[in-house]
Amino acid sequence: MTGRALLSVETVRKAFGGLVAVNDVDFTVKQSELIGLIGPNGSGKTTMMNLISGALKPTSGTIRLDGEAISGLPAHKISQRGVARTFQLVRILPSLSAVENVIAGAVFGHIRAWGDDAYREAEVLLERVGLGGRGSAPTGSMTYIDQKRLELARALASNPRLLLLDEWLAGLNPSELKIGIELIRDLREDGRTIIMVEHVMDAIRSLCDRCVVMSSGVKIADGSVHDVLNQPEVVTAYLGADDA
Amino acid sequence: MTRFSEKEQRVAAFALLGFGAAAAIPLVDDGYYLSLSVNIAMYAVLCTAWTLFSGPTHYISLATAAFFGIGTYTVGLGIDSLPFPLLLAIAGIAAAILAGLVGVATLRLSGVYFVIFTLGLAELVRQVVTWLQTNFTTSVGLYVFTDMTEKHIFWMLLALAAIVYATGWLINRSRLGFAMRIIGNDETVARHVGIDVARSKVILFMVSGAFIGITGAILAPRFAYVEPPSAFNPVISFQVVIMALLGGTGRLWAPLLGVIPFTILFDRISSSFPNHTSLLIGVAFMAIVYFLPRGVIGLIEDLRKPRASKAGAVAQVPEAAE
Repeated sequence: MTGRALLSVETVRKAFGGLVAVNDVDFTVKQSELIGLIGPNGSGKTTMMNLISGALKPTSGTIRLDGEAISGLPAHKISQRGVARTFQLVRILPSLSAVENVIAGAVFGHIRAWGDDAYREAEVLLERVGLGGRGSAPTGSMTYIDQKRLELARALASNPRLLLLDEWLAGLNPSELKIGIELIRDLREDGRTIIMVEHVMDAIRSLCDRCVVMSSGVKIADGSVHDVLNQPEVVTAYLGADDA
Repeated sequence: MTRFSEKEQRVAAFALLGFGAAAAIPLVDDGYYLSLSVNIAMYAVLCTAWTLFSGPTHYISLATAAFFGIGTYTVGLGIDSLPFPLLLAIAGIAAAILAGLVGVATLRLSGVYFVIFTLGLAELVRQVVTWLQTNFTTSVGLYVFTDMTEKHIFWMLLALAAIVYATGWLINRSRLGFAMRIIGNDETVARHVGIDVARSKVILFMVSGAFIGITGAILAPRFAYVEPPSAFNPVISFQVVIMALLGGTGRLWAPLLGVIPFTILFDRISSSFPNHTSLLIGVAFMAIVYFLPRGVIGLIEDLRKPRASKAGAVAQVPEAAE
């Protein structure tokens, strides 16, 4: 584990007309770090993820991956540099089989596998996310957690330098949640660099090295999970100000 | 790329038989049936080339007449000075360039805006050609005199059809084909797995446009006299869409299922009821859309479903693994 920043977000702002969704936010993510990006609904977390992955372009500010500016690049270029993501509302490719869904992540992105290599690697990843032997299954009829697993496998297929998980654990029932948390823990132990947007606090507590808290587009806290969750600003952001 | 599955070998054998049988048509008849066969071959190439792009992207292009006319005019302008095969190549390149320009400008448009733009484009090109001819040359049309007959045109179309099918098959096996399937499923995902969506679409639009241009060039000797209203006839654009949708766009060979019956039907109606052709074609088209909303291929798949659905799910996988 090295100490250098893999991702640095420098005074990044995103305005939609008059609404400033992300307001001059700064933070960095070190190599092999798993950070949680948390905050109340509407605080700009998903917008932040979209800015990093290139779905949106920042109004101002710079995002660097390993020192190189990626802000303003189209999404496919950012993907090719090694940023992979899952989506808040799961997005699988329904007319493709499970294994093809995974291969889709490997062919055009950071690594450019094709043919038998891509196929074998995809089978390994399916096994890893718990879909072993179901490569030829039609994906449209998969259960919600299986679709989420599939999406994760697709993101991993590109062997990303940075993995963005946008509420990957949302909507899972308690036993599925346990499985999901174990899966992410596994990835962290591999040394993968991950940013996860999450509302499930148990997951944040048990997984994250560090937390960045956003509220109304502004970063209000950044530090170890325990410290951050006890900060008065964070408590206020989640629970509202004391009436007294 | 060198391994062929059993299914691919079967399809290839069928295709060879089909092409062989078709190639023998001019030896049997060189009148009515050959003429009908030329029409079928022409629309087969046009619809398949159209489907190469519009099938996976779901963009309805009405620019067929523009590419077709560019090809026809290339031959009209160059027939006295350049050899015919070279003109075919130039026609393909010219149409591809036009498609590239249109693609870069318009593929950001979606849905109905793209449809209207391509329709307008065909009309624009026609008007520009007319204007150039009336202002800078002595006549509106061009004469194309060759010693080529219907059978030569038919064989050239057949050869082009073979190339179109081979190209489509190669694209389907390639990264580009895989990218198009992903784009057809979800463009957002496509971008985030590293696909340059705009570039992929433009490349495919250019390939499709080039084949349509070459078809127009091959047909030029049949016209003998080339003028804008016949070369850039918008009816071609509409018929291609109708036939391709009638056949189905999900598979490479599906448009053929629309082309053959529709061309024969059109021919029968226009010869038996010359005064009511449009009316009857319209009625026929509405009936087709009403009874076969997913095209002929949809009907076939429905009939085959009970036994084919299991095999189909498994057969999908090895394709991607090639």
